Amino acid sequence: MALRAGIADPEGQTIGSALRSLGYATVAEVRSGKLMRINFEADDHATAEAEVAEMCRRLLANPVMEVASWEIRADEQVGDERALP
Amino acid sequence: MTLLAGRPRVAVAVFPGTWSERDFVHVAGSVLGWEARLLWHTETDLGDADAVVLPGGFAHGDHLRTGAIARFSPIMAAVGAFAAAGGPVIGSCNGFQVLTEAGLLPGALMRNDHLEFRCDWQTLRVEHPSACASWLGDLAEGDLIRLPISHGEGRFVAGAATLDALEASGRVVLRYADDVGRVTADANPNGSERGIAGIVNERGNVLGLMPHPERAAEPEVGGSDGLRLFRSLERWLHDQPAAAERRL
Repeated sequence: MALRAGIADPEGQTIGSALRSLGYATVAEVRSGKLMRINFEADDHATAEAEVAEMCRRLLANPVMEVASWEIRADEQVGDERALP
Repeated sequence: MTLLAGRPRVAVAVFPGTWSERDFVHVAGSVLGWEARLLWHTETDLGDADAVVLPGGFAHGDHLRTGAIARFSPIMAAVGAFAAAGGPVIGSCNGFQVLTEAGLLPGALMRNDHLEFRCDWQTLRVEHPSACASWLGDLAEGDLIRLPISHGEGRFVAGAATLDALEASGRVVLRYADDVGRVTADANPNGSERGIAGIVNERGNVLGLMPHPERAAEPEVGGSDGLRLFRSLERWLHDQPAAAERRL
């Protein structure tokens, strides 16, 4: 879940200035967001896609301020470090 | 004119993590002598309530987003039906956040622009009180009232089109202002767009505001401007045949 373009992100701005104060002078912008890993079962990829889209629409993202994007990976568990993007 | 069968009845919803419910019950019950009832969020029936309160706090721990889980609590279906029937609903602080997540009010409340939790007295300018007769009927255009704020996520945002529509229809009813009523960046405690502190739905019966009227109902606590919202409701109920009928 990422904040929509144009929505002020004070958390991202604060992290950005912290990075610059650490010497990363080229950091121009930081946008904060939220990552969730969801372990669930689906018969096929298309079903999984549809289900995740619905989860995002109904609960995970607020369309007023956020956009959601996702990636479906088969046969990986939430606790599996390899599942990290 | 008097109520046909006694006192106003308010239902105060309580979610896991709500913290202002007892202040509402204190004001409605002890200060005003109304009937006030706490309703756990799993309830599906509001009973004979004349008005519904969604109080402040941190419903469901504010997890995911403020109000995002609470909107799916069973009681919210009843609140939605009550609102659809024209019943007066007020959401203060976390209650406002729940109302926006539930789609009963537009926009969203985000992290304060300075990232701090802000707990303070705040001056508010009243606009278009007639757009929300049930909760603001006793107030006048341009009135300045002082109410406490107490929130970390009160920055009202909505798309430009939504903001323009709210303004055009006179549904921005409270703005953060300085002591003489100017809506300035300095008077804005959280970075809300256009200094918006409170809005009402199209029908005028659902009010959402970040400040806490229930914490300003007795001079002993520093101010009693919050009482004016409760008094408005009382007068409005007196004048409503439908509310009176429910009492028979």
